[in-house]
Amino acid sequence: QGKFTLLRDTRTDGSFLVHHFLSFYLRAGCKVCFVALLQSFSHYNVVAQKLGVSLTAAKERGQLVFLEGLKSCLDLMFGEEEEQPGQPSPLQFISESASSLKALFDFVRTSLTAEGSDSWKSPVLLVDDLGVLLSLGAGPVAVLDFIHYCRVAVCSQLRGNIVVLVHSNEDSEDEENELVVNSMCHHSDLILWVEGLATGFCKDVHGQIKIIQRLSLELTGEQDRVQIYQYKIQDKNVTFFARGLSAAVL
Amino acid sequence: LVFTEEDKYNRYSSLLFKYFLAEGVVCGHDLFVASAKEHPEKILKELPAPLLDDTCRNELGEAATSVKSEDFQDSMKIAWRYQNLPKIEASPTTSTKFGHYYDVSKTMSPELFQSIKWHSFYLHEESSLQSKMKSCNMNSGYARLLHSIQKIIYQEGFDGSDPQKKQKNILRIGIQSLGSVLWGEDICSSDTPEDIHSLTKFLYVLRGLLRKSLSACIITVPAHLIQNKAIMERVTNLSDTVVGLESFIGSERETNPLYKDYHGLVHVRQIPRLNSLICDVSDTKDLAFRLKRKLFTIERLHLPPDLSDTVSRASKQDLAESAKLLSSGCGAMAIGKKHLDF
Repeated sequence: QGKFTLLRDTRTDGSFLVHHFLSFYLRAGCKVCFVALLQSFSHYNVVAQKLGVSLTAAKERGQLVFLEGLKSCLDLMFGEEEEQPGQPSPLQFISESASSLKALFDFVRTSLTAEGSDSWKSPVLLVDDLGVLLSLGAGPVAVLDFIHYCRVAVCSQLRGNIVVLVHSNEDSEDEENELVVNSMCHHSDLILWVEGLATGFCKDVHGQIKIIQRLSLELTGEQDRVQIYQYKIQDKNVTFFARGLSAAVL
Repeated sequence: LVFTEEDKYNRYSSLLFKYFLAEGVVCGHDLFVASAKEHPEKILKELPAPLLDDTCRNELGEAATSVKSEDFQDSMKIAWRYQNLPKIEASPTTSTKFGHYYDVSKTMSPELFQSIKWHSFYLHEESSLQSKMKSCNMNSGYARLLHSIQKIIYQEGFDGSDPQKKQKNILRIGIQSLGSVLWGEDICSSDTPEDIHSLTKFLYVLRGLLRKSLSACIITVPAHLIQNKAIMERVTNLSDTVVGLESFIGSERETNPLYKDYHGLVHVRQIPRLNSLICDVSDTKDLAFRLKRKLFTIERLHLPPDLSDTVSRASKQDLAESAKLLSSGCGAMAIGKKHLDF
């Protein structure tokens, strides 16, 4: 309850974790607001069906609020002028010069506090992925502000959880992105860091995942707990195993 | 969305671009060609001619069988352990025919061309942004291109908005040299460009358009000219497939005996992971291309055997580094210059 989980990937694609959390929280009966910036709805729907959850059904019964970034952006760019005054587009910052993500935050807050939300368990905000906001013109400070506001609203006030995906690279030249990622790492309760193997590509082991529990934030004097596993992604499943003990080796 | 990083002198990437469009003509797809450099009509006149089925199949078939018959005769004596490994094929597949083959030395005949519908966008001939069109703070050239694409998609029914259009055809979009100075951008010419978000915003809106309609797009970009590497990282994130072409012209690799059979390397930096948890990763990551008189082929990089007594340090180092670059598949890449010591 009230936890902020950061999904971070380096040199590989960590989106399988997003699919996992989406189906996990939906199955648990939570109300989910999914800010899907990178892919279309049908992509997530197809994968979720493989994992046993139907996104369309969840949307219809009001459990899932899905913001399809690509579609909103198209509406913003090619839509007609008649915008209802009370409902600005959540991605309005793209067409404005002052980059403030307030409209996006309002969208998140209203979708998680809408009527009928009480019938579900704690609310969850899922973002895939945060770097797209930087690409679309939001400044790093605006992005951090947005996350901060979301934390206050979702984690503290509503006792819900937030899961955010970011990309990072070791010698990345994208300073804005690195700034956002580092800042979020400091404030997260749990970090799932997915990395490609240091030795290069391998067919049986797709990468390694580092699970960092930020116990140091709880001021009990404990250190962060780090666990490292390796994984292999299959069509409907991901298998995790201890380092060096992949099924191909045993 | 296929994103291609151009090679230095744009010789090979424009070839790849033309292949994409030619395939569209042969398959009967509609085409949309946009460019700020050459007039689209000129590009379309230079498309390679498709090879007729029988002749090309025979050619490739002969080449494959001749190699095989030679190999079968010698059984290995020293490296006998390798005998049981499957034969590595130089060019991936040939058993299943996917796509068509083209003869680069001839241009496509106009009759073949007339059967399809094509649209063009030549930046310097287009009218300026009308007041109704929004630009979302983007470079006006990009905004105009997006509006033009969207109009075609909507009018021709590629997005399924018109239920009466029964034939489901695909729109192939080709955009040449995006991001170059000719589009009014300065990311290629200055270290701190004024507007670093135009290109990424453009790609995002384009991605939305592609997802919503039956279309596929190839973009070529002079990546070697873009100083700000952060843009390339963001762009890679926003594209489905990213392929880089590195030609050996003018670089020290041209005379390197390791690469004497090839004209350049193909770096596959990203492959699409759509509608599933995993992507289809091929076995090989080391790809090189060569331009023969008639064919442009992409093959596995075969290194000639190291037969010299004194191995020069320079070439070994170079080879190890290029091997590391080549082994970057779905993002799994060896770090820095660490060698694995055995």
